[in-house]
Amino acid sequence: MASGSVIDPIHQFQIIKIVELGQPGGVELAFTNSAAFMFGIVALVFFFLTFATRGRTLVPGRLQSMAELSYEFVASTVRGSAGNEGMKFFPLVFSLFIFVLTANMVGMIPYAFTVTSHLIVTAALALLVILTVIIYGFVRHGTHFLHLFVPSGVPAFLLPFMVVIEVISFLSRPISLSLRLFANMLAGHIAMKVFAGFIVMMTASGVVGWFGAVLPLAMVVALTALEFLVAALQAYVFAVLTCIYLNDALHPGH
Amino acid sequence: MSETHGPAGIIVIAQAATPGTLPAESGVEIAVPPGEAHGGGFPPFDVHTFPSQLLWLVIAFAALYLLMSRIALPRIANILEERHDRIADDIEEAGKLKAESEAAALAYEKALASARNKAHGIATETRDTLAAEAETRRKSLEADLNVKLAAAEVQIAATKTAAMANVRGIAVEAAGAIVDTLIGTTPAPGAVEEAVDTAIKG
Repeated sequence: MASGSVIDPIHQFQIIKIVELGQPGGVELAFTNSAAFMFGIVALVFFFLTFATRGRTLVPGRLQSMAELSYEFVASTVRGSAGNEGMKFFPLVFSLFIFVLTANMVGMIPYAFTVTSHLIVTAALALLVILTVIIYGFVRHGTHFLHLFVPSGVPAFLLPFMVVIEVISFLSRPISLSLRLFANMLAGHIAMKVFAGFIVMMTASGVVGWFGAVLPLAMVVALTALEFLVAALQAYVFAVLTCIYLNDALHPGH
Repeated sequence: MSETHGPAGIIVIAQAATPGTLPAESGVEIAVPPGEAHGGGFPPFDVHTFPSQLLWLVIAFAALYLLMSRIALPRIANILEERHDRIADDIEEAGKLKAESEAAALAYEKALASARNKAHGIATETRDTLAAEAETRRKSLEADLNVKLAAAEVQIAATKTAAMANVRGIAVEAAGAIVDTLIGTTPAPGAVEEAVDTAIKG
């Protein structure tokens, strides 16, 4: 069947160069669809938030309520995980949350590119978080920040092992943070594409296929709902974990 | 059809070997290998795209961070703070008004009580005055009546005395007439009067 060409679940992740920028220093640079979507997300978020709050009304309308809700949601998450002191990182956490959320949601639009389905993007965001934690931790607490790796109340003979474990757990944080988001978005989108492909294949095989296609269709509907949930949930998880890691930078003692 | 890649690749190879033999279908099949054009693999692991993605992510995220921290978030924070202040102000104002109304209610109660007391006082006073007035009037009336009574009694006594005197005269005349009729001689008036006085006294 020729329709095989249409069903390529990986195709949606392809980076397409829009404007080639040559190879400065031997590094291939280009303005890509991914970059376009990134800027689209930034513009969307900014214009939504400013447009929603244009009235600055005392009694908020629907859009203003959404903007305020997103603000208060992230603010309460930051306060809950990192305390009032953590509010100095509020713009960072909010930017991360809203960027990931919008990227995930925009990715749910058919034919749209999902920025967060690329490991390099999620890894960069995770590194941003971890570097913020490390740099702020050392600037604020100096070497005291290293107490993060030395749990108190542990017998001396166990301490070396505990330190090793703590260091490994700390280093695995950016990996798990980036992989979780990346894998969720990637797998979800592939699953949706695969089941949607089944519908196309079955309907192409005639009347029987039309009835057979009901099953994958139901599956795609369910998966779409699930993916919306995952899109929101992963953004939230990213934000919450960011807050928890930042809490370590603020209060390194166990 | 899940064997998408396999057969597609084979057909493409076959087509390359026999150019122009599969006109219609080959057009479709040639479209398959964009998979190969991905740079030989899975796009998220294609390192050639990493520098571009990183570059634009840094620029886009920095822009987002600046827009959020400088413009959007302070704006929302302002709105929330304004509302918070306004609500606090309103609650304070309401508390003030409530205290005021309570004070007014208290003053009203007080005024009402004093007015009631005053009214009570006036009523008592009026009643007392009226009672006293009535008393004096009654007394004067009584005195008046007593005087009249006394006068009447005096008059009655006088009248009685006069009447009694008249009764004596009549008795004297009647006795004289009776004696005259019985014996045919008129008695001496002195003797008749004496006899009547004796009878009256008797």
